[in-house]
Amino acid sequence: MEELQSCQIDKIKEICRSFNNAEGELINVLHKTQETFGYLPESVQRLIAAELNISAAQVYGVVSFYTFFTMKPKGKFPISICLGTACYVRGAEDVVDEFKKALDIKVGEVTPDGKFSLDCLRCVGACGLAPVVLIGDKVHGRLEANQVKELLAQYE
Amino acid sequence: METIKLTIDNKRVIVTKGTTVHQAAKQAGIHIPTLCYMNLELLNIENKPGGCRICVVEQEGRRNLAPSCSTVCTEGMVIKTNSPRVLNARKTVLELILSDHPKDCLICPKAGRCELQTLAFQLGIRRIHSVENAEMSTYRKDQSPSIIRDMDKCVMCRRCEMICNKVQTVGALSAVNRGFMSVVAPAFEQDLKHSPCTFCGQCVAICPTGALTEVDQVQRLIRALTDKTKTVVVQTAPAVRVALGEEFDMPPGSIVTGKMVAALREMDFKYVFDTDFAADLTIMEEGSELLDRLTRYVAGDKSVKLPILTSCCPAWVNFFEYNYPDMLDVPSTARSPQQMFGSIAKTYLADKLGIKREDMVVVSVMPCLAKKYECQRDEFKVNGNPDVDYAISTRELAHLMREANINFAALPDEEFDHPLGESTGAGVIFGATGGVIEAAVRTAYELFTGNKCPRIDFEELRGLEGIRTATVDFNGTPIHIGIAHKLGNARKLLDGIRSGLYNLHAIEIMACPGGCIGGAGQPLHQGDSSIIKERFDAIYREDAQKTIRKSHENPYIIKLYEEFLGKPLSEKSHHLLHTHYFEKK
Repeated sequence: MEELQSCQIDKIKEICRSFNNAEGELINVLHKTQETFGYLPESVQRLIAAELNISAAQVYGVVSFYTFFTMKPKGKFPISICLGTACYVRGAEDVVDEFKKALDIKVGEVTPDGKFSLDCLRCVGACGLAPVVLIGDKVHGRLEANQVKELLAQYE
Repeated sequence: METIKLTIDNKRVIVTKGTTVHQAAKQAGIHIPTLCYMNLELLNIENKPGGCRICVVEQEGRRNLAPSCSTVCTEGMVIKTNSPRVLNARKTVLELILSDHPKDCLICPKAGRCELQTLAFQLGIRRIHSVENAEMSTYRKDQSPSIIRDMDKCVMCRRCEMICNKVQTVGALSAVNRGFMSVVAPAFEQDLKHSPCTFCGQCVAICPTGALTEVDQVQRLIRALTDKTKTVVVQTAPAVRVALGEEFDMPPGSIVTGKMVAALREMDFKYVFDTDFAADLTIMEEGSELLDRLTRYVAGDKSVKLPILTSCCPAWVNFFEYNYPDMLDVPSTARSPQQMFGSIAKTYLADKLGIKREDMVVVSVMPCLAKKYECQRDEFKVNGNPDVDYAISTRELAHLMREANINFAALPDEEFDHPLGESTGAGVIFGATGGVIEAAVRTAYELFTGNKCPRIDFEELRGLEGIRTATVDFNGTPIHIGIAHKLGNARKLLDGIRSGLYNLHAIEIMACPGGCIGGAGQPLHQGDSSIIKERFDAIYREDAQKTIRKSHENPYIIKLYEEFLGKPLSEKSHHLLHTHYFEKK
């Protein structure tokens, strides 16, 4: 388990305090913490558990349930491909394969230079734009497999 | 109270408002099968996630089937619990559960006691549809000193999660991941031994399948019994004798002390002794400690730590070592009866018998799974040799007896061996919540006041209420006593003391519901809490039958102090019968 630096500890405690250290705010606390640090390693989850006075198992239960939360650092440009029904039937799987090939990583991994990470998720609520890919906060709709390389080039 | 009329399977039923369909059916004598649902009414423990859908019923006018465990009765409701649609749905649900469950039932440790197996039998499942080459979700096995987790067999009933978090407030387990990979596990799916688990084992006691089981020592024990160089000595905990009979189809609450002794002797245990003797010894030490602290407190010594907390329950010890590291000097330093027995057996008894401690094997039969962990603690070893070699559960003893062809019902009643087999009623009641403190009061009263206690039975200390307090008059000095069973209640009581809500002198805490009689090593109650009540009553019946009912009047205890220990809290006693606690993180 990696040790947290004291400034990180202070920041996490501050986030918990901003939600009144309330058990019911766990998801909000996790959101804010991930936004700040990029990911939620074990040491961070244990500290949050202690601050909210709940068990580490409970925190891990929530983190492991929602695909949004991650225990591994993401790339500078996190790629999320929607595999919801609409996107799936319109070829999202081919898009995933193309990304895997172009970046030479598997789903859930980060490129060695730390630039891109690749994840799949279920329905971002933009089915009209299927298949949908999110890179960071930007939505790319109606993406076809043969456009993947071109899209990645924009982030070079 | 407002009542509601409804019809279940053409029977008119009247229930109070708020009753569920499942409860109403039970009242009408109709059994609706369940898997995740469990209600231990007398112990105030309920699991109702509404997850398994085995208990579905058909409700007139409702489009889909209703889960009876979590559907509340309404006026004029018409329910069918056994229509073809219901039976079909139940079978489909069960087949789906079984499609992701291992099929090694013949050699499963839960075989014959598995609720999933019973359900498959009841519902007449004859085949399990499965997709060709379909994978089953599989997980790493996890073995702790007490508990084995084989989550391949988990059906996500979430009973363990409920008891670990809501009842015990231990927080070792939580449902993690999602979809096929969802499972109940410790934080970060690490091993139980790296979690806050206290090994109370209540998760094992209520797991419907073989996902959670105890570490089985029976085969190693059989090897020890057949080793001619070893002298195998056994001790039996008080709660075992009021529950063991259930494993042999006797009614709950049967007292089988004599038959149990006969069975152990028949299986070649060289000496059959009683943990109750060590319980009496515990009272001498713990009672003297209480007395010492009280006397100093009354005299105005401000450094005295009160209330004194009992330390017989190993799950409770683990709990405070983890959760209350700032209070490690508050509990009594007295070891548990199991460990006192082991310590005395491998010194006093070994000397008497003229054998080396390495050649003696001490076995304990316990209603408890945490005892398996306790006897492995380093403090209870001398040069690596443990004071207690094997702690087996009541269930394991029953397994061993079945394996050895013991016809239990036909056995005669036999007596324990001497000198470590003589015990008093005070030792017996250690098995029920409130019993340890009542036993302590019987002795402490007489040592404190110097007078004979006018009564033996302290009814005010008995009961199944989760937290109880009472004041006992020590001849003019009021002694305030607190009792808690289930670790969540222990936490409430301790937090109440910190906040000044309670002002108490002595507190007894037991981790399991009802005390040791409801321990995780006992025959499985399968959701019937009346069994715990029967055992509870039986413990006090056994106490009432005893000629001697106060620990300090046990002649063999008196002799032990004369011949060996000197007096309670002597240097030798401290060395052999006391311990210290460590912060766990």
